[in-house]
Amino acid sequence: MTVAPKREDYDVVVIGAGPAGLAAAATSAEAGLTSLLLDENIGPGGQVFRAISSTPVTERSQLGADYWVGADLVQSLRASNAEVIHRATVWSLDRNLDIAVSIGGASAFVKAKRVILATGALERPFPVPGWTLPGVMTAGAAQTMLKSSGLVPDGRTVIAGQGPLLWLLAAQILRLGGRIDRILDTTERGNYFAALPHAFAFLTSPYFTKGLSMMREVKAKVHVVSGVTELAAIGDGQLANVSYVAGGKRETISADLLLLHQGVVPNVNLAMSADVEHRWDDVQLCWSPVLDANGNSSVAGIAIAGDGAGIGGANAAGVRGRIAARAAVEALAPAAAAKLPAMATLRADLAKAERGRVFLDTLFRPSPQFRIPSGDTIVCRCEEVTAKDVLDSVAIGATGPNQLKAYRRTGMGPCQGRLCGLTVTELMAQARGKTPQEIGYYRLRAPVKPITLAELAAVPKSEADIKAVVRG
Amino acid sequence: MFRRSEQDKRPQVQIFVDGVAVAARQGDTVSAALLASGQDARRFTAVSGAPRLPYCMMGVCFDCLVTIDGVGNRQGCLVPVAEGMQIEIQKGKREIGR
Repeated sequence: MTVAPKREDYDVVVIGAGPAGLAAAATSAEAGLTSLLLDENIGPGGQVFRAISSTPVTERSQLGADYWVGADLVQSLRASNAEVIHRATVWSLDRNLDIAVSIGGASAFVKAKRVILATGALERPFPVPGWTLPGVMTAGAAQTMLKSSGLVPDGRTVIAGQGPLLWLLAAQILRLGGRIDRILDTTERGNYFAALPHAFAFLTSPYFTKGLSMMREVKAKVHVVSGVTELAAIGDGQLANVSYVAGGKRETISADLLLLHQGVVPNVNLAMSADVEHRWDDVQLCWSPVLDANGNSSVAGIAIAGDGAGIGGANAAGVRGRIAARAAVEALAPAAAAKLPAMATLRADLAKAERGRVFLDTLFRPSPQFRIPSGDTIVCRCEEVTAKDVLDSVAIGATGPNQLKAYRRTGMGPCQGRLCGLTVTELMAQARGKTPQEIGYYRLRAPVKPITLAELAAVPKSEADIKAVVRG
Repeated sequence: MFRRSEQDKRPQVQIFVDGVAVAARQGDTVSAALLASGQDARRFTAVSGAPRLPYCMMGVCFDCLVTIDGVGNRQGCLVPVAEGMQIEIQKGKREIGR
């Protein structure tokens, strides 16, 4: 079933139906603005509330109360007049707020007065030796399968990395009767001390008790190895072993599935392709857009909400979505803003939702050796470029990620740098003795997701378009 | 690698993987159905021919690329299964016209 947008112009177009996008679209529609929500997935929820309307996991306690909160967000959206299209891949957004979206193999074009990007986060690359082997996946991938299809690991399973999602996933797998043989915790010991000054805010945040009880639940059932300083996936065409070093001692265990996780980072592709200014974030170690307090970016009319604005988690994402939408309403239909919650209330909600974040960022800051690989470890999965290849290119003159494209095609495969960009920036920065900010990032352009030539060729053309390219 | 939870009561959907019938469930993505099938669903990369399976399952890594109903390089993790769907595992580069 292919459903094209009903209009050519909207007051607000929201891109992404995770917590930020759901809240933003519901808010702007509630205020009477024509609102369109475009989302790439099959149903609403984004990653954190994935399959919220369709999950086969019906025993609610298994996914946890924090998951089912998503159902309320979806309900408010459905109660609003927002137009929602799923399986809609936005492949272009420009400074004029013209949007190109691929739906069911055909492209549609819409124009917005305000765009709210809620494209969320993706998992930070975890470039260890063997991470491209079949049998190595992200923890998020396993969680996606668990939520949307009720699938759980049943072979010899190892989870490696750090961060709250890792423990949540482990708890969910165990509750559904799945198998976990070992958890390899890569949290650096020094991080505990570094995080200490931020501990008070964390201890008084909701993360604390929930996190602690989840870790207890998992540790009662799974062998957890902490202080892991080296990690490698080994196998010939398929994962066979996981090798690691903890406390100076190397151990190798057999495994069918290795799930990796070291936090999430903003998904910047669409925003950067629209020329939104980003800066290197030294705490979260990623690119974050430069935004004002309402989420407005450096491009007039484009706001960013949710984890795409800097990692803040699901609660913060929902509030940021409401703030960005309220700001859009204030700009386009000031009288209608009166029926929405006051901005001061929303800002207080945001401060509450962000409480404890600095502690988590500091505690779970990934170690350099898991961010900046060496030797034959693959950096760019698509074009199969290794760390050594990148360093060799630096030695003969490559200055930054964008130049490296011409040397090695890094970032030019189908994923368009999503799985190598941060690694390339940090690797080149280290090799050249510069900061990531100085080294920069890939120049990203539309189409930000691949579309077929046939789809492009089928786009309606005006007489003038044809004249511009046809001779005679 | 993965098995289905007993509480999954969704109706079955039959798809074909390189011509072999596979029982999926309504609401599965192509990639989830392949990983749940127990079959060897490894594709071979266009660059070196290395085997790969889906990595991220959320539309960013492109390691789930698969030919669906004759159209190559589709992201299997974003496409829901449909009755009678024909899946082909990609062995290396795509041919022209597919």
